[in-house]
Amino acid sequence: MDPVVRLRGAVALIGRFPALSGADLAVLPGEVVSVVGANGAGKTTLLRVLAGLTPVRSGEAVVLGVDLRQDAPAVRRRVGLLGHAPSLYDELTARENVSFALRAAGLGTERVERSLARVGIGGRLASTRAGALSAGQRRRVALATLVGRAPELWLLDEPHASLDTGARDLVADLITEATAQGAAVVFTSHEPEAALAMSDRQADMAGGRVTELRPGARGPRLTTVEGDSHVA
Amino acid sequence: MWRDALLVAGKDLRIELRSRVALWQVLPVAVLFLVLYAFALGPVRSTLASAAPGLFWLAVLFSTVLATQRSFAIESGEGTRDGLRASGIDPAGVFLGKAAAVAAELAVLQVVLWVAMSLLFGVHVHTVWLAVVASVLATIGLAAAGTLYGALSAGLRVRETLLPLLVLPVLAPVLLAASRAWAGALSGPLSDGVSWLRVLGPFAAAYVVVGIVLYGPLLEAG
Repeated sequence: MDPVVRLRGAVALIGRFPALSGADLAVLPGEVVSVVGANGAGKTTLLRVLAGLTPVRSGEAVVLGVDLRQDAPAVRRRVGLLGHAPSLYDELTARENVSFALRAAGLGTERVERSLARVGIGGRLASTRAGALSAGQRRRVALATLVGRAPELWLLDEPHASLDTGARDLVADLITEATAQGAAVVFTSHEPEAALAMSDRQADMAGGRVTELRPGARGPRLTTVEGDSHVA
Repeated sequence: MWRDALLVAGKDLRIELRSRVALWQVLPVAVLFLVLYAFALGPVRSTLASAAPGLFWLAVLFSTVLATQRSFAIESGEGTRDGLRASGIDPAGVFLGKAAAVAAELAVLQVVLWVAMSLLFGVHVHTVWLAVVASVLATIGLAAAGTLYGALSAGLRVRETLLPLLVLPVLAPVLLAASRAWAGALSGPLSDGVSWLRVLGPFAAAYVVVGIVLYGPLLEAG
C-alpha cells in the first residue's frame, strides 16, 4: 500500500530557523496520526509542509504521490488544512465562505448546505457574517469547507481548540467518516491522552523531528511502507 | 484561469460592498484631494482647467495605492492568505481577479471624480471617446501594476509604506500619458491626445502579461 505521506529527513525553514530539521513520517490511507509536542516543536510547520504551503529545503517529502520539492501546488487541491486560524473572510457569511472555498477547489456549490448542516451551522447562522461568529462557530465553518471538499488528506492543527464538548465529538466523528472513505488524517494536539484515543499512531515531536511513534487506541496494526516496518 | 478570476473578483467586490471602505474612505480622500488642490491653485478658472487632467489622474493614482492596499488587507486576515494559496486557485486567476476588482473600484471612482471636477473646475470633455479609451487603458494599467506590486509588498510588515514607494514611480508613465490624453480630450489638439494612447496601451498589456506570469512566484515567496 502506497503511503499518503512519506517524509524522510525533511528540513523546512521559517526564516532562517529550521522548524523541521530532519523529520521522518509515513502515513497510510485511512490512517489517523496525531502529533504532539511542546510549543515550537515543529507540529504546525509539519502540517504546513504536508499542505504544500511551506517549502521543503532538503530531504524527501512526498504527499499523495507528489514530490513536494518539485510541485507543491499540485497537492493543494487534494489536501485540506484546518489551520490554527480558520481561513474565513469576516465580511462574507458562513455560507458564502464555504461556497467560495468549494468553488475555488473546482467543486459545485450543491454541497454547501449539506456541509454546513453536518457541522451544525444552519438557518440563521449560515447567513451570519463570519466576523460576527464565535471562535468555535468559525472553526465549525472552516470544518464545513473540509467536509465539502472531502480531501484525500486532512490536516488539522489543534482541531479541538475553541470547541465545546459537542463540537469535539463532531471532530472525532468527522475524522472517523473521513478515514472510512479512505482519507488519511494528521492532526496536532496539546492533549496527548485525548489525541491518543483518536489515533492509529501518535508522533512525538521535539526540535523539528519526530522523536517517537507509538500505537494509538484506534487499534494497532502492522503495515509495511516500501520495506520499512511501521507499528500502526 | 478566467473562472478563478471571476470567483476572486466577485469575492473582493462583495467584501468591498459590505465593508464600504472604498466608499467611505478612498472616495472621500480622492475628492478631498481635488478640493484641496482647487484651494491651492486659487479661483482662476483657466488655471484650474489647465491643471484639471493632471490633478484628476494624480487623484486616481493615489486612490490606486489605497485600493490596492485594501485589496491585500482583505487577504491579511487570520489564515486567509494561506487559505487562498491552499485553495488551489490558479495564481494567474487570483491576479486577474484582484486586478479586475481594483479596476472596477477605480472606474466608479473616476466617474465620481469627474463629476466633482466638472463642478469645481468647470471643465467639460469635448472628445468623449478619447477620454473613455484613455481611462479604460489607464485603469487596466494602474490596477495590474498596483496588484502586482501589492503582492510584492503584501507579506512584509512595512507594506503600507513600502507599496507607495514601489508603485508610484512605476505608475508615473500612466500619470503622464493619461493626463496628456485627457488634455487632448478636454480642449487640446486631438492628435496629441491620441498619440498618448500608444503609451497607455502597451503599459496595460505589459503589466497584465507580467502579472499573469509572475503572480504565482510572488504569492509563493510572500
